[in-house]
Order: sequence, then C-alpha cells, then structure tokens
Amino acid sequence: MSVKLNTRQVGDVSVVDVSGRITLGEGSSALRDCLRDLMAQNNKKILLNLSEVSYIDSSGIGELVSGFTTVANSGGTLKLLGLTRRVKDLLQITKLYTVFDVHEEEAHAIRAFV
Amino acid sequence: MEPTLKTLLDQDYPSTLQSVDDAETVILQAAADLGFDEDEQHRIGMSVRECMVNAVVHGNRYNRNKVVHVGVTHSCEAGADDKFTVQIVDQGEGFEVQEVPDPLQENNLLSHSGRGLFLMGAFMDDVKVRKAVPVGTEVTLVKSVPPRN
Repeated sequence: MSVKLNTRQVGDVSVVDVSGRITLGEGSSALRDCLRDLMAQNNKKILLNLSEVSYIDSSGIGELVSGFTTVANSGGTLKLLGLTRRVKDLLQITKLYTVFDVHEEEAHAIRAFV
Repeated sequence: MEPTLKTLLDQDYPSTLQSVDDAETVILQAAADLGFDEDEQHRIGMSVRECMVNAVVHGNRYNRNKVVHVGVTHSCEAGADDKFTVQIVDQGEGFEVQEVPDPLQENNLLSHSGRGLFLMGAFMDDVKVRKAVPVGTEVTLVKSVPPRN
C-alpha cells in the first residue's frame, strides 16, 4: 500500500493523518505536495499524525526534514504525532528525534502549538 | 564440514523504482525463509531498499540501457555463523565512500538526503562498498543468520 493523506482542521491546527508507506516516489512526493498545499493556504500550524505509517525510508525522512524546515522558514510550526516503534527508532538512529517536536497524544500535541 | 554456498538470487533488474520494490520483496522472502525475525527482516529490507535506490537513482540514473545486478547467497562454514549476503552492483560512474558526508554531523542533520549508506551500516552486520569492474559500484550487505533450534 502506498501512502494516504487526509487533512482535517482542529481549531487553527491542520492535522494530516498519514497512513501507509512513505518511500521514494509516490509516497514522498504526495507528502511534499500536501505540505506545500497547506503552506500555500497559509496554514502555519501543521501536525503530522504518523501513527498509521507502516514504513518510511530515507527519502521519507528527507521529506519530513524538508517539510519541517520549509514550514519553519515560513514562520510556521510542524510537529509529529504517534510515531510507531520503527519510525521512532529510525529518527533516533538518525539523531532527528530531538529535532522534531514529537507527541503521543493528539490533544497534547494540539495544545503544544502556541 | 566443507563450507557451502547456496545462491538464492542471481538476477539483473532494470533501472526503475519498480525494481526497488521487486528486489526488496524477493529478498525479504529469502530472509524470512532463513528464519530472520520480523525486526531483522525489516532491517534487511530497508538496507536493500536504500541500496537499490542508490543503484537505480544515483548510479544508473534511471538509464534504460543499464541494469542493477542483485545476488543473494547463504553461506555455511564450520565454527562460524551462517551468513546471508546481498550483493548489489550498478553500472554507474561510481563514487568515493570517504566523500559521502556524515549525516549525523550537526551541519548535515537537516539535509534532505544522504542517509542511505548510513542506514545500511546501522542495520546490517557488515557493509562493503567498492568499485565494480569494468564500471559501477558494488555494495555487499552481510547479516549473520539466526541459528535454527
């Protein structure tokens, strides 16, 4: 299964529910396009819910990093929600876990946006 | 006991992203058949995926006239762990391993790319990169096979 993305609004936070595989090709480009669209619509608070992401490769990590820096450079904030054990391991191995603001509960993550 | 070497895969793949999926699927099945648990299968599969992407995208640059050769073996030798070995060879211009930036260095942490080789090293027991003859890059990924009960 490739990636599926569904965007919903919780207050002024755009929550993107991501499921499937974020890998080079369709998966990573779909995530890139989604974040680009949100930024174009001036959504500055973005929460990526990765709890249903079964697999992510280095290209997918690259998209997360690019999304993080693009949103930040535009004055916005991107946070991560619900990492699976394998995705968490991957971010820890690559020393990115502490770069991202990671949350386990959606309500907590929403409140963390200033 | 004489050392044995069993070939599990010996195939050329076209330089497409579909080949990345195809090679990963076949090698994951071979790893499962040898008794690797799900976490180890995941690590092997990801290493193969990263290596195949490098071969298709950076090595062969999607060139239809170039192939990626994939070989997989299971070797047994008395007094040593069995080895599961994946060899992936592209036909690209090659690169110098020592010139690949360290993705863990602070300046590179937020780079979009450059983590593939690092992840292979993190997930496999041994990774060797060398120039192939006459052209290209040969990457060898090795994992010890879990003992059978």
